[in-house]
Amino acid sequence: MDRLDALEAQSVYIFREAFANFKNLVMLWSIGKDSTVLLWLARKAFFGHVPFPLVHVDTGFKIPEMIRYRDEMALKWGLNMVVGQNKEALGEKKTFPDGKINRIECCKLLKTQALRNTLSGEWTRYRMDHNKRKYVEDSNKEPYTGVIVGVRSDEEGSRSKERYFSPRDKENEWDIAGQPPELWNQFNTDFKPGTHIRIHPLLDWTELDIWRYIERENIPTVSLYYDQGEGKRYRSLGCYPCTSPVESTAKNVREIIVELESGKFKNIAERSGREQDKEDGGGLEILRRDGYM
Amino acid sequence: MNIVIVGHVDHGKSTVIGRLLADTNALPSGKLESVKERCKRESKEFEYAFLLDALHDEQDQGITIDSARCFFKSAKRDYIIIDAPGHIEFLKNMISGAARAEAALLVIDAKEGIQENSKRHAYMLSMLGIDQVAVVVNKMDLVDYSKEVFEKIKSDYTDFLKDIGIEARTFIPVSALKGDNIVSERGELGWFSGGNVLEVLDSFSKEKEDEEKPFRMPVQGVYKFTSKGDSRRIIAGRVESGKVKVGDKVIFLPSHKKSEISSIESFNTGEKKEAFAGECTGVTLKEQVYVNRGDVMCVEDEKLPFVSTLLKANIFWMGKAPMSMEKKYKLKLGTKDIPVKLKEINSVLDASNLESSKRETIERHEVAECLLECQNEIAYDLSKDIESTGRFVIVDDYNIAGGGIVSDTIEDEQAKVREQVFLRDERWYESGVDFRERALRYGQRPKTILITGPSGVDKKKIARSLERLLFERGRKVYYLVIGNLLRGLDADIGKENREEHIRRMGEVAHILMEAGLMVVQTASDLSAEELRSLQTIVDKRDIFVVDVGGNLNDGIVDLSISGEDSVEVNVMKIMDMLKFKNVMFDY
Repeated sequence: MDRLDALEAQSVYIFREAFANFKNLVMLWSIGKDSTVLLWLARKAFFGHVPFPLVHVDTGFKIPEMIRYRDEMALKWGLNMVVGQNKEALGEKKTFPDGKINRIECCKLLKTQALRNTLSGEWTRYRMDHNKRKYVEDSNKEPYTGVIVGVRSDEEGSRSKERYFSPRDKENEWDIAGQPPELWNQFNTDFKPGTHIRIHPLLDWTELDIWRYIERENIPTVSLYYDQGEGKRYRSLGCYPCTSPVESTAKNVREIIVELESGKFKNIAERSGREQDKEDGGGLEILRRDGYM
Repeated sequence: MNIVIVGHVDHGKSTVIGRLLADTNALPSGKLESVKERCKRESKEFEYAFLLDALHDEQDQGITIDSARCFFKSAKRDYIIIDAPGHIEFLKNMISGAARAEAALLVIDAKEGIQENSKRHAYMLSMLGIDQVAVVVNKMDLVDYSKEVFEKIKSDYTDFLKDIGIEARTFIPVSALKGDNIVSERGELGWFSGGNVLEVLDSFSKEKEDEEKPFRMPVQGVYKFTSKGDSRRIIAGRVESGKVKVGDKVIFLPSHKKSEISSIESFNTGEKKEAFAGECTGVTLKEQVYVNRGDVMCVEDEKLPFVSTLLKANIFWMGKAPMSMEKKYKLKLGTKDIPVKLKEINSVLDASNLESSKRETIERHEVAECLLECQNEIAYDLSKDIESTGRFVIVDDYNIAGGGIVSDTIEDEQAKVREQVFLRDERWYESGVDFRERALRYGQRPKTILITGPSGVDKKKIARSLERLLFERGRKVYYLVIGNLLRGLDADIGKENREEHIRRMGEVAHILMEAGLMVVQTASDLSAEELRSLQTIVDKRDIFVVDVGGNLNDGIVDLSISGEDSVEVNVMKIMDMLKFKNVMFDY
């Protein structure tokens, strides 16, 4: 088995274990390259189908092409697409782009809080109606107890300590030192009422693996990852006020792989274009303890 | 390749990794400088270990609390290195890290020498099945790069490792702090002629897939996506060992259902005819048989797993509360989940000194040889034969609390009955009227309702009323009185041969159900073992156990009713259960 085959098999195995063990299972889809590979792996695991809903938290500041791509794929692949949003914060303009709060606070409100309340069912969820081809209010208010997330351990320090199946308590808190053991592909699938489990099928993948797999499987991705002739491309996607592109002339998947293999970005963190990571010395870790993905 | 670094706390694991990362140019630029800057600010001496301590609280304690992963590469290949905590409190984290590894580096402090966790961790590696191990003797600078010190540790530790069945590939003297013998510089270690750490890592081989072994595929799920216009019924799972191809005759264990592979399914690939060890795949079957998640799919003419409710195992316990014989746990083996009890502890071993003792419970961080009893039979292998179906974890409440490897197969009391049933089913001459046709005609699923409980409780009255009520409602039902068998079918066996009486009662019920009938039975004081035998004979999905005022354990009983209640109330409770279980189509 080559490396990609082995990674794929492990991810597929994790998907199926999650599906067998959680009645209220959901997958987060951020529209980025990682969670799009994740979505593809779900289709691998279930022979072309995705038997659980996908959740996207729309901060209102996503690059418009991302939202277009999301809805196009949802319709094309018959996805059960669910969208959540912090309407209150957006309504009161309590955001960083509006100048009222800092980046970390903004992430907490528009992403972490929106996600937490969308997962718990406390805030309104919007579901893609495939007949009407638009989003309608979702009648299902049940909390999701298993949440599949596309984090990779090479992205950033705190992510390297994740388990494949990682329990989170009522407050979404992650008790890193007290995590139960995980071995031999036996996962922690039992959870106390009120808690939930995060599932990480991509933990062992690297940025380069992701691109090689996108190439091998010919997975459609948003064009923001590619240079459109201006010598710039996005390496990691987020909200437009807090994400900046990198200098690159890679125009397609193959050129990105060559670029990564050349070691051009070896000394630059993948999320270097994500401004919230830089705040307060350990921005992402602070966010993650609180439930950020 | 996944490598784990283990060893006693403070022996310098993180420093070895920090060096490996720095010297193979695997660090993002500025990272080294920023950590150095931070140390300066907090006026403490820079350590390579700090590089890895990405999490705040860990830096405060100065110890690794969880297995962290880092990436680096040599000229030969990519590595994922897992830094496992050395502190005893975090043994579960060390195990989580090590279980993913294909090879291990065991770090020993040259000055402190072999410590408790140097031994405990080595023992865990042997239990986890990691046999590519190299020993790194670190901090050689603190012992003046003494060859004698190195040789002494090498000889002592080799003896210990031999006792636990590990043969170290090599011993490497290093000073991770100075960078000697990690990636290039030999420094003061000129007297050492072996390879440095990176060279030794490169000499390890990738784990081989178990393609040559008998085929095993624990079933993860049976998928039907008919609502999405897909009519395939796919049995999905990972091939843990061996291989399978279209046309192979397969058998599912422990149920012994048989069929043939009709197709190998996959998404976004060309057509497949075979699946090999390591692949997550799916198959469709020629003849649809009842398959459950947790069953193990095997190839019929290969060596099959053992089937029993009992197994002998070596367990290491990581739970906060000790493992005891009173409590009920869950065992997870392959994709099977099953309630399990600790039946006997043969010995408890202190992994840090290999001393064993006889005890009633298994405490945290101990290893024990013991006998486990599952609620129903499971299919398993010896871990030395097939790893993935020969090892398991134990769940206590919500968390995985122990891991174990199967050391021996143990026959249970049902072994003989099971054997007989296999032979019976194998040669069973199928009726020309399909069981589904019969069920449709009669409007019912053929089931046995077994009413048991202590003698003195009037089970017969309940059975008679139940039979009458079902009959009045148009059901095809028969109350099979065991006493009637005693003087007829059982006339040739003595009264004391209870086991055989029960077997025959089960076989008669089996035949009546084949004929499409619902069967009511009564029996006094059935033990759990006897109930399991009956479940084996008639298939446990087809028998409902009603316990009247007894105290059989909950896992095996479908309905408990009180002997104090009136017959009418109890009969209605049984009727409700039948309704709930969908036994009658038009109820």
